[in-house]
Amino acid sequence: MADETLSLKKAFSGHGGFGVDETTMAAMVTKWRKQPDQKSRFRSDFSGFFTKIGSIEKCEDDFLLRLKTEFSRFKNIMVLWLMHPWERDARWMHHVMHKSYPFTVIVEIACTRTSEELLGAKRAYQALFNHSVEEDVAYHIKESYSKLLVGLVSSFRYEGPQVDNDMAKWEAKALGNVIKSSGSGKLIQNEEVVRILTTRSKRHLKATFKHYKELHGKPIEEDLGANLCLQETVKCIDKPAKYFSEAINIAFKEGADKPSKLSLTRVIISRADVDMEEIKETYHKQFGVKLEDMITKNTHGHYKDTLLTLIGK
Amino acid sequence: MATLRVPPAVPSPQEDCEQLHKAFEGWGTNEKLIISVLAHRNAAQRKAIRDAYQATYGKDLLESLLHETHGDFEKIVLLWTLEPSERDALLANEAATKWHPANRVLIEIACARSSQDLFTVRCAYHKQYKRSLEEDVAAHTKADFRKLLLPLVSAYRYEGEEVNMHLAKSEAKLLHDKISDKAYSDEEVIRVLTTRSKPQLIATFNQYNNEFGNPINKDLKSDPKDDYLAALRAVVRLICCPEKYFEKVIRLSLNKLGTDETALTRIVATRAEVDLKLIKEVYQSRNSVPLENAVKHDTHRHYEDMLLALLGSDQN
Repeated sequence: MADETLSLKKAFSGHGGFGVDETTMAAMVTKWRKQPDQKSRFRSDFSGFFTKIGSIEKCEDDFLLRLKTEFSRFKNIMVLWLMHPWERDARWMHHVMHKSYPFTVIVEIACTRTSEELLGAKRAYQALFNHSVEEDVAYHIKESYSKLLVGLVSSFRYEGPQVDNDMAKWEAKALGNVIKSSGSGKLIQNEEVVRILTTRSKRHLKATFKHYKELHGKPIEEDLGANLCLQETVKCIDKPAKYFSEAINIAFKEGADKPSKLSLTRVIISRADVDMEEIKETYHKQFGVKLEDMITKNTHGHYKDTLLTLIGK
Repeated sequence: MATLRVPPAVPSPQEDCEQLHKAFEGWGTNEKLIISVLAHRNAAQRKAIRDAYQATYGKDLLESLLHETHGDFEKIVLLWTLEPSERDALLANEAATKWHPANRVLIEIACARSSQDLFTVRCAYHKQYKRSLEEDVAAHTKADFRKLLLPLVSAYRYEGEEVNMHLAKSEAKLLHDKISDKAYSDEEVIRVLTTRSKPQLIATFNQYNNEFGNPINKDLKSDPKDDYLAALRAVVRLICCPEKYFEKVIRLSLNKLGTDETALTRIVATRAEVDLKLIKEVYQSRNSVPLENAVKHDTHRHYEDMLLALLGSDQN
């Protein structure tokens, strides 16, 4: 009985983690059929989720909200899986504007998609929301990093093999000078920084970052200060697998907030057909544990099964 | 709208490219033959001719045109023969790499093309120059101009007809406030001009006029010699009424002591399949003479013939 209670609690995500264990729940309904006493004992044992007002039993509001979130993880991942990637990206970007998702989602989409994929996402955005993503980002996001964000979503980077190495070296030097002379708060609005990061091709930028490291003895990320937007931009362009593996790690951390947890679905769905193998390797190297194992341990039910399938277990 | 005249029965691309080859053969070049073919084919037909020429004679038609024609005629024939997106990419590259404050070609291309066409130009630019248009514009322009031009060439405006009147009112006020403070390169001014859809902007400019009694361009004329303000006025004009903008450029190009063939060539070649007819009508009403007369007066020989053909006025 204790085991059953425990597994039902776990199924209702009483022990944290993602998703709900639908199978266990359904099994319990069968087992405890016509046994209101069992259910009553379960409720009084499930502290924090059920309480009493006088003699009236009541579900805690928090619990109900949490259940709603966890039950819908499977629904969300299925809908997203079915959607066209362009529509997915358009909707995620729209959430940033209107539901306060972190702006890093826009950096992620603008910098890790190919030029064609980003164009498709922008087209889908216009079809869905009757505005261009550029006008919405420019209008709704007024923080210091908005210039960088607008530049990033407007980009249509050259994707060919040609790189002007001399220019890359020159720009590595220029970035170094700007970093030295600017306060780290001002860096994100610096014209040269924004110009280079939002217009140069990815190959060119990788070469530039490489030269920067050779010139200054350390990777450019270390010199960008606490500037999250700039850090994410550089990471997404230079080492996307590392960026994604870190996003997954943050989702699994104790006390992760709602948007961070949503990253788990977003990263796995959007990268399943792209660079999931590389992300898995990077994750393993960085955090010393296999991604499959993390997912198996921390997620439940159909949501878990879907994730494991998507990462190619 | 377009002035290009294509014959009702068009010869096959193979026949056309053979005619062109004949025009190049032997001593001298038969410019009249070149004009009779190329100036009477649309973009798709010209591309088919180029492909047929390459397949038949093993070289690009443009190369032959480059060798066999000269001067202003050569420039207009080359520009005309290119596909519109390649043409715009070429013009944009020249404008960006040789940029100076009075150059408004980038603004023409960014504002007088549809969102989709502008994107096609950016693609053509990648192919041709192995860089993006944005990076070249960013690298070669400075200060306020870069602040304006970079988002302008990167724009991918919404193309629907919906207008939010509430927004139009508030953004008209915003523009008015900034212009009154002479904050012409303020981020908000740039944001509105470079991200809003064209119908939205037209509604905004109308609101501006209704609310504040002056068309926005009048308020942007505080210093007629300032190139940046001229650039802003060009943006407004090209969004609202491109044919008026182009008429003015043509009029000024024909007025100068000696004609500004570069501008004349560019406008005729880029608008012949778009709205050159409207531009002619504006010219006629503004100057009381048909554009063809001014062209006949100020240009000569094969260059003149080509211009007249593209204006839809030759005998062919």
